[in-house]
Amino acid sequence: MSVAFQDSGRSALATVRHGLSLTPEFHKGLAGTLVLAVVATIGKVIVPIAVQQTIDTGLKTGTPDISYISRAVLLCAAAVVITALCGYVMNVRLYKATEASLATLRVRGFRHVHDLSVLTQNSERRGALVSRVTNDIDQISNFMQWGGLMIIVAFGQLLVATVLMFVYSWQLTLLVWVCFIPLMIALPRFQRWLSNAYTIVRERTGDMLAAVSESVVGAAVIRAYGAERRTSDRIDIAINANRSAQVRAQKIVGLVFPLTEIVAAAAIAGIVLVGVRLGLSGDITAGRLVAFLFLVTLFVSPLQIATEVLNEAQNAVAGWRRVLGVLDTPPDVADPGEEGVSLPRGPISVAFEDVHFAYPGGAPVLRELSVAIPPSARVAVVGETGSGKTTFAKLLTRLMDPVDGRVTIDGHDLRDVRFSSLRERIVMVPQDGFLFDGTLADNVRFGRPSATDEEIALALTELGLADWLEGLPEGLSTTVGQRGESLSAGERQLVALARAYLADPDLLLLDEATSAVDPATEVRLARALDGVTRGRTAISIAHRLSTAENADEVFVFDAGRLVQRGPHADLVREPGVYADLHASWVSAARS
Amino acid sequence: MATKVTSAVMRQGLRVLGVAIRTEKTVFAAAVLSSALYGGMTVASAWALGWATENAVLPAFAKGEVTAGALWISVLLIVGTALLKALGVAGRRILAGVLQYRMQARSRRDVTKQYLRLPLSWHQQHPTGQLLSNASADAEAAWAPLAPLPMAVGVIVMLVTAAVAMVVTDPVLALVGFLIFPAIAVLNLVYQRRLSPLATRAQQLRAEVSEIAHESFDGALVVKTLGREDLETARFERRARELRDANIAVGRVRGLFDPMLEALPTLGVLIVLMVGAMRLSAASITSGELVQVAYLFTLLAFPIRALGWVLAELPRSVVGWQRVQAVLDATGSMDYGRSSVPGSGAVGLAVSGLSYSYGTAEVLHDVTFEVAAGRTVALVGPTGSGKSTLVQALGRLVDPDKGEVRLDGVDLREIAYGGIADTVALVPQQTFLFDDTVRGNITLGLDVSEDQVWAALRLAQADGFVAKLPAGLDTKVGERGTTLSGGQRQRIALARAVVRRPRLLILDDATSSVDPQVESKILYGLRHLNAAGTGEQDAAGRPDDASTVVVIAYRLATIALADEVVYLDRGNVVDRGSHEQLLERCPGYRNLVTAYEREEAERAAITAEEEEEEVVA
Repeated sequence: MSVAFQDSGRSALATVRHGLSLTPEFHKGLAGTLVLAVVATIGKVIVPIAVQQTIDTGLKTGTPDISYISRAVLLCAAAVVITALCGYVMNVRLYKATEASLATLRVRGFRHVHDLSVLTQNSERRGALVSRVTNDIDQISNFMQWGGLMIIVAFGQLLVATVLMFVYSWQLTLLVWVCFIPLMIALPRFQRWLSNAYTIVRERTGDMLAAVSESVVGAAVIRAYGAERRTSDRIDIAINANRSAQVRAQKIVGLVFPLTEIVAAAAIAGIVLVGVRLGLSGDITAGRLVAFLFLVTLFVSPLQIATEVLNEAQNAVAGWRRVLGVLDTPPDVADPGEEGVSLPRGPISVAFEDVHFAYPGGAPVLRELSVAIPPSARVAVVGETGSGKTTFAKLLTRLMDPVDGRVTIDGHDLRDVRFSSLRERIVMVPQDGFLFDGTLADNVRFGRPSATDEEIALALTELGLADWLEGLPEGLSTTVGQRGESLSAGERQLVALARAYLADPDLLLLDEATSAVDPATEVRLARALDGVTRGRTAISIAHRLSTAENADEVFVFDAGRLVQRGPHADLVREPGVYADLHASWVSAARS
Repeated sequence: MATKVTSAVMRQGLRVLGVAIRTEKTVFAAAVLSSALYGGMTVASAWALGWATENAVLPAFAKGEVTAGALWISVLLIVGTALLKALGVAGRRILAGVLQYRMQARSRRDVTKQYLRLPLSWHQQHPTGQLLSNASADAEAAWAPLAPLPMAVGVIVMLVTAAVAMVVTDPVLALVGFLIFPAIAVLNLVYQRRLSPLATRAQQLRAEVSEIAHESFDGALVVKTLGREDLETARFERRARELRDANIAVGRVRGLFDPMLEALPTLGVLIVLMVGAMRLSAASITSGELVQVAYLFTLLAFPIRALGWVLAELPRSVVGWQRVQAVLDATGSMDYGRSSVPGSGAVGLAVSGLSYSYGTAEVLHDVTFEVAAGRTVALVGPTGSGKSTLVQALGRLVDPDKGEVRLDGVDLREIAYGGIADTVALVPQQTFLFDDTVRGNITLGLDVSEDQVWAALRLAQADGFVAKLPAGLDTKVGERGTTLSGGQRQRIALARAVVRRPRLLILDDATSSVDPQVESKILYGLRHLNAAGTGEQDAAGRPDDASTVVVIAYRLATIALADEVVYLDRGNVVDRGSHEQLLERCPGYRNLVTAYEREEAERAAITAEEEEEEVVA
């Protein structure tokens, strides 16, 4: 079992092809868009043709043939308008198709991240995960709407120019290409320099942002320890390193970009030198020669932007890889969906049958666990850090699947229960009560989206939190800030608990969910959450052994094994892990 | 938010540019000179081509022979102007970059210095996300127009030169130019004015989509455990769709104007050919001059858009600048006095009449208590009673609205900058570690020996796991210490405080993520440290190595450390005294600290009752 994101190792082309195959919106009408792009590109050679016609036919006799020139100019003007129109329609079609397809890809990627197991989600930093559905997709969209289009336009432009040049003079065409070919060969190298430089810029920007964030996130600690100067120095170093990297990349751009101008000038000089001699032998007309001077300018812009386009192409492929990396990663803890069973609500019985668990490539963290929890039981799970009690919780809530053995509820393997049914019946409250940026009511309502404000207030009252709610400046409408940071750690836990309480599951699992709450409130909460009258099962993992004293049964974990179980009163009397834990807790809490 | 190019925004925008020009005079001047060289040489290259056509190409076709001199002069002119133009382009691009990035870096340094200077209360009023974006996106936007600015100046040089060149060549053809070029400029201005608000909206939505993804993935565990994936996907999809539509709206405007901007100069060249042919037949110009003007049109068509780019960036620049400036202009700095806390060893702490409000909500009211030097006081109170705010005032992270805090009689506000940090160490509830080594996080630049660092780690019960880290003390802890567990981070933070041998140590529930067994060892160490010291006494007769300790606690073990307890409820000191005294006379306190025992007792009573009932039954 691998938890990391997949990297298919596909080639660039295969990546793009696979990426496009996932977005049917992009294919629809693609051929039409391409035809329009080709027509729009032809617009670029109108000027050279007009110049050539004017000089060679209109000015042939020495006195300008005004009527011919007028006809030619009008015809060309009509062509300009038509190609511009094609350009407009092509652009709009391209934007619509790419944006529609990328929006689909974005939403699919987002959903898929949520479908992945906790282990997979945690294998990557959150920021990087977010990038996979934001920046990476923006990069693809930039490329499709600009770089990719430019590649087509540039190829078209070079092709049309070359064909026209060839018609005018094959010798001069050869000359122009000989001038430009070394530059074209050097382009990939320039692009590599630039891409390396940009990679460094991105890294430095990341460092800079991280350093800057310390001055904001660490505001309290910096002040408490008088570390302003030190932090300021660290930030300045990061900011200046970022600036240096940016300037370095800019230097590469600044030096490579004008090279094309010099090469073009060399080509033009060559055309004048050679063209005049060709003219003498009657191989080329004056108009065609002058038209060449205009045609050479068509080589300049594609080559000037080539490094940038290549760079974007590379970024887009990398972006695609990373987006596909999400979609290609199968959810290792998957929802059985339609094939799964939906269980009726009501008292729930749980059983672990010879369950083993180890993290991929790691030592076993839970071994030979066989235990049954009857309906409506109150269970406390205790043990030192690393004893396996959190793993137990994650297996029970199916955040992970056992490597061996099975976990059942009401006799059904968890893997066969539909997520919609499972999440309705079993809810876990983790230690870090994550809150969304919104009001207190919004956050509690997350537990049951249909709940009214009255129901939310009632839930808080039932939990004994009415006094606390009253003390808040705006009651239920109090905004909690990003991640709930406007509230204290204890208050965040209160909201997280109320959220789970409102969800009203058949089994409520608390993983250190009241660690930052004061004892009186904790006891009140514990009593409300027990839900004995409702027939709910309550399982608590806690440092504070008061929970264990009140439980019907205590599970004691040690080094990945369930070493003791039974009521507190019994366990505390027999020598063993529990008695030791309890003794040290009592000395801490009651001394 | 300003998104349109109005005249007010233009004026402000130009003022912002003026700031950059004044700050980086030399770079700006050099960039503009390069760009002027580029502009002049662009016109010159068209003139060189016209000269070559007139004097080398057409005569050769007319006379049937080559004038070697004219041919080589042509080559020299064409290559020479191109080289100078290339030099101008390189200089312009590089120097424009230097100008832009220097100003960005300057703003970022200024903004972060301000973040570090402003008091914590200011930080508490501003969301983290906003402050981060002030230093990154806003600083970038403020100086974004600097990138195309030198080019725009060069284009103006180019246009003036071209106008002169065209007028000199032929006033009638020049007239075509005077019609077409302003038309391009106006069209581009219209383009940018239409595009700018749409692009800003798309940018805004892009940020919102990213925010939703960030929040949703941060809360992934909650989403999963409550089975709210559909709800979250729907929330994300709504915004992603809006972004899609906003991008398409941008595409429509781009799709319309880009081909028009390309077609306009092409039409200009065609008009030049038409008019030029007539002028030729009137013998007012030569064929070479016709080619020169036509070529000039093709060369000028693109650069002239640079004027529009600068204008397009101005609204964003003005907004960015204003946001950066708002930070730089923020007042409410914390003033420092000149005093220091006299003597050494533990200090006495006196809080009197202290009140503090967040906005209109008063969280602390008339708080008064003293702690004698070397004593330990436990602050106890229910969740949300104002304990954390109080300890922030003790470490002068915030200044009280009313009342005062004194260390050995010296008001905190009279103490010189750095004086409090030398005396007081506060371990906040929320651990914060820097992206630095373990050692760096503990010393924070303080000059302490390796032995002292290890001693502090031992006291914090962190020596064991630190020794096992791959590079020991020199192991990098990652951004905000992500490579460590919560309990490990707390212990590093504790070591950071202890290594300073603070004269006042403040612990804000600083061991909440630590196992109880480990916690009791830490507490034992603290008490031991406090009681022992070096045994020597200073003039005032107190141990010179001891600390005064203020600790926020719920656990009886922690409370037992304390010589005195201050019980806080809803921002008021309800009672103070020894644990036993409070237990006896303060119902709130008794209720709080004996919650577990009462719970147990009640349960026992219920069980007994039930058993009794069973017996009766």
